[in-house]
Amino acid sequence: MYKVGTVVRVGIADLNTVREPNTIRTLGLGSCVGIVIYDEQKRVAGLAHILLPDSSVTKQKSINEYKYADTAIPVLVDRLLEIGARKHALKAKIAGGAEMFKFSSGSDLLRIGPRNIDASLNELNKLKIPVIAQDVGGNIGRTIEFDPATAKLKIRRVNREEIII
Amino acid sequence: MTYENLSPIQFDALREIGNIGAGNAATALSQLLDQKVNMVIPTVKIVTFDEMMDLIGGPDASVVAILFRVFGDAPLHVFFVLSIEEAEVLVQTMTHNSTFSLMDENSANKINYSVLEEVGNIVAGSYISALSDFTNLNFQPSVPHLGIDMAAAILTYGLIDISQVSDYAIVIDSKVNSEDSDNTMKGNLFLLPHPESLQTIFSSLGIKEYV
Repeated sequence: MYKVGTVVRVGIADLNTVREPNTIRTLGLGSCVGIVIYDEQKRVAGLAHILLPDSSVTKQKSINEYKYADTAIPVLVDRLLEIGARKHALKAKIAGGAEMFKFSSGSDLLRIGPRNIDASLNELNKLKIPVIAQDVGGNIGRTIEFDPATAKLKIRRVNREEIII
Repeated sequence: MTYENLSPIQFDALREIGNIGAGNAATALSQLLDQKVNMVIPTVKIVTFDEMMDLIGGPDASVVAILFRVFGDAPLHVFFVLSIEEAEVLVQTMTHNSTFSLMDENSANKINYSVLEEVGNIVAGSYISALSDFTNLNFQPSVPHLGIDMAAAILTYGLIDISQVSDYAIVIDSKVNSEDSDNTMKGNLFLLPHPESLQTIFSSLGIKEYV
């Protein structure tokens, strides 16, 4: 029988998990990176939409863990394990990290897209989660949606064809 | 200081900044287009990052945005945001070319992008110079940066500095509308002060109340 799922939305500096037949989506990734971690056999997945690479440079006293690559990814993994994913089976797909504006001068802070990509890959590597596919960089915004039933990540971009990785 | 505990006087001061700035910007746009341009009373909102995207039609709405980084005494970001259709109307009005389309690679040539950047420059420039007169602070705007993409993808650039210290942004949102018999054009001017700039702006206006 055909089941119709709902779409779980993830905001900016936010994360959530999803189980088949539902899908999970985040809108308008620019320099932000969307990290999907999933267990293909268990058909569960999680998505984090991170804004910044590194929580150690924050000036805030209490931080939103979902905002940084280095804190959001471990939280996402914990959440997945809670809903039945298996640590050894986890895989990842990532998208985003664009440089929307090119500034001729400016601080390192402005190269936030590439730094978000590096930090995300680094954290995934640390947790030994293989990155199966990625669509990162460039200067375009992306809306992404992951379906845990097929383990496919659909990427929509303005004025271009949709791609699936 | 944090955004959450601004006093009513401080809110009023920010609204007045939006008022004066957008008034000037509307005048500049009116002269440029040779049309009547109205402005709507600005709103000052403290919003989460997600809520900010909803102010201009949602995170993945396609928009044209012209970004200015403003340096000086009180660093901030200014965005002049238009929908795709509005930006096309604007370029068509300026260039007297009614067939122009932003999404058509052939017609969306450099000259037309440059028109948009220049309009943004004039509008945001007059906004910022009014702000400078009002506060007696020194502001140095960057050259315009044009972005045509999803709202969230573009606007998060203004949040990079803010997001290091806060999970909220303060948005001074002013709208300018041109009144043409055929087309109406609405532009949103977003002013995003960095958190530490707020203090500087308030001090310059003689507001010493930090409660």
